[in-house]
Amino acid sequence: MELDPVFLSRLQFAWVIAWHILMPAFTVGLASYIALLEGLHFATGREIYFRISGFWIKIFSVAFGVGVVSGVVMPFQFGTNWSRYSDATSNVIAPLFAYEGITAFFLESAFLGVLLFGRKLVPPWAHFASALMVALGTLFSSFWILAANSWMQTPAGYEVIEGRYFPTDWMQIIFNPSFPYRLGHTVVGFYVTTGFVVLGVAAYLIRRRDFAAEGRIMMSMTLWLLTILVPLQIFLGDQHGLNTLEYQPAKLAAIESHWDTGRRVPLILFAVPDQKNETNHFVLEVPLLGSLILAHDVNGEIKGLKDFPTADRAPVAVTFYAFRVMVGIGTLMLVVVGFSWWLRLRGRLYDSPWFQRACLGMAPLGFVAVLAGWTTTEVGRQPWTVYGLLRTADSVSPSLSGFDVLLSLLGYMAVYLIIFPAGALLMLRLIRRGPAAAAASPPVESGRPSRPITVQLEPESRP
Amino acid sequence: MNAAIDFVPVWTLILGVGVFFYVLLDGFDLGVGMLFGLEPDLRSRNTVMNSIAPIWDGNETWLVLGGVALLAAFPLAFAIIIPAVYFPLLVMLLALAFRGVAFEFRYRDVEHKTFWDHGFCYGSTIGTFAQGVTLGAFIQGFKVDGRHFAGSSFDFLTPFSILTGVALIFGYGLLGAGWLILKTEGDIQARARRHGRLCLGGVLVCIAAVSVWTPLVNTAIAQRWLSWPNIALFSPVPAATALVAYGAWRALNGSSHAGTFVAAVGLFALSYLGIVISLWPMIVPYKYTLWEAASSPATQSFLLVGTLFLLPVILVYTSWSYWVFRGKVRADVGYH
Repeated sequence: MELDPVFLSRLQFAWVIAWHILMPAFTVGLASYIALLEGLHFATGREIYFRISGFWIKIFSVAFGVGVVSGVVMPFQFGTNWSRYSDATSNVIAPLFAYEGITAFFLESAFLGVLLFGRKLVPPWAHFASALMVALGTLFSSFWILAANSWMQTPAGYEVIEGRYFPTDWMQIIFNPSFPYRLGHTVVGFYVTTGFVVLGVAAYLIRRRDFAAEGRIMMSMTLWLLTILVPLQIFLGDQHGLNTLEYQPAKLAAIESHWDTGRRVPLILFAVPDQKNETNHFVLEVPLLGSLILAHDVNGEIKGLKDFPTADRAPVAVTFYAFRVMVGIGTLMLVVVGFSWWLRLRGRLYDSPWFQRACLGMAPLGFVAVLAGWTTTEVGRQPWTVYGLLRTADSVSPSLSGFDVLLSLLGYMAVYLIIFPAGALLMLRLIRRGPAAAAASPPVESGRPSRPITVQLEPESRP
Repeated sequence: MNAAIDFVPVWTLILGVGVFFYVLLDGFDLGVGMLFGLEPDLRSRNTVMNSIAPIWDGNETWLVLGGVALLAAFPLAFAIIIPAVYFPLLVMLLALAFRGVAFEFRYRDVEHKTFWDHGFCYGSTIGTFAQGVTLGAFIQGFKVDGRHFAGSSFDFLTPFSILTGVALIFGYGLLGAGWLILKTEGDIQARARRHGRLCLGGVLVCIAAVSVWTPLVNTAIAQRWLSWPNIALFSPVPAATALVAYGAWRALNGSSHAGTFVAAVGLFALSYLGIVISLWPMIVPYKYTLWEAASSPATQSFLLVGTLFLLPVILVYTSWSYWVFRGKVRADVGYH
């Protein structure tokens, strides 16, 4: 078999980013949650917020560590495997990566040290401020990286000189057509993902009974948040879809597996797309609903894949299924939130075993939805790195042989398959230990109980 | 855009200072990682680890900054150099990943502590070696065709790049020893002094070897250093190196707590200066100058606005986080 450096480089990029994105999908939301808990503790002085915060800070530190080391890998991928893409696009999008570094990474890393280890060394307000800064850093990071990613999807504000892209308008580059939708949809998706993890852990703690008080607070807080965010996420997804219809019709056709352009198109619930014969098998569809959902108009026109040259079509099956996985999980999430209200209004939110089991089962699904959504948008962008302008096949480093990339891919696989499962197991172990263990252990020890002791000791220790 | 202002000098300065910061900061914590493997017992290993636990992450961030600043300010250099050092970078990234997670994992995953301890020590060593090899490959230059690297992914591997790999192990080891002398006391400090002396010897041999080797194989670099009046202008560099090396030796054998670290920083600064003198004004050695590889003035100016504002802010809060963890390592701060 001929080893294709382009295909293997794509596989390698997918491998390193898919694992990496799981960490921000969790830490972006968790950083905000910790900042909120620290704020509540700072404002109310209630110990329970402090215990919950300490519990999550430990889990956060594991996730963040894994996120950092897998994140350092990312910018170098552009050079090692995609040097022609870098040469062509860097005048436009490299400053966005650089701004991510100087606005976000330094903020996160400097204040993370204080958040993890500085509880005893700084006043409580400074510890709370550090939590805020870490949370802010994760949001800045999302802003810039998604601006760059969106530019690759819907490029704007550039001119082409000898095959390379140069900036003409920075506002258009950053706030390119798909960016606001992508930013909203992704960040809310990250929050929802974290929310369902917290919800699952809360259900676990309530079921175990020994940390039920902490579990109830987590569950109630999180369900309030999800009540707002899950419907918001569905709305944002719909808006994002309208944007895709306008700017990336070929991608939308692949998402929906529509081959022929038409009005009053059906919504395909399930099918087996057949890219070679330009058709679908085993179709299950709802008449008219396609136009209604995609264009918000029964007579809305949806372009079919046959309108685009074969060479410009994305892999249909992957895009089609990935999208359905994401939407399916979103729907399940809405059902869970709906049931939570039915239980809450009857005063039975915390004592329904089947609801707790459902929450446990839902805990990892946010990650699946994030990966599925990411796959939809990135595979749907193919065969381009910069949509409609630069082909993936023309982006790869010319010096690489298939063997080189196979070797590096195996290296990344070996190391990631040790680090990520180990990290996941450690997080599960921390969850099993529960919040009380967190309060007893020194890195997150309370500053307040120790204060009287310090006051007593200090006069003695002075000569 | 009719470029009235030339942004290349300021970006050269930012990138140069950024890379130097990375080398110093991650240099000492990678060095500490290597010396960690030589600590005999759990207590001293924990102390050594805790001396860098709160700050290593920030230190490594300079690596990302170096990478993206090169991409943004000198994209042609990024597009040629990075694929040329494909394997050293791969090895470095994987090694750094292992050592990075070891901080959390060795503490939380007690059953596999030995595994993560090894991961931390070997990860630090291999990562350092790979960085040194990358440096060697950079100095020896790349086969370039137009805007692309035209050689093979194994061109980097030469006796010279292996020498620079070994050199950096000793160099970071010396920085790490300097840091440990600064941050610890008693037996750990005494061991750090002993290891520091060993590393200093290694560093000096390597600096001498590289300084003789480079001009021998590269006539342009020989010309640069040995022609008149350069020889007079540049001769203070080796003289100062000898002086600082003597200072490092004195500090290692004396009672100074900060002296070794300061002298190690001095040695790195002088070696760095030596490389700059040899290669200036090339960013893709012997092929493209800084100006030829630069991104458009619009790109450089857009990024410069934010950088000039944010870099001082970063320096302030980074210094603050160092300040919070100042003094000797406390037994009650960090992992236990």
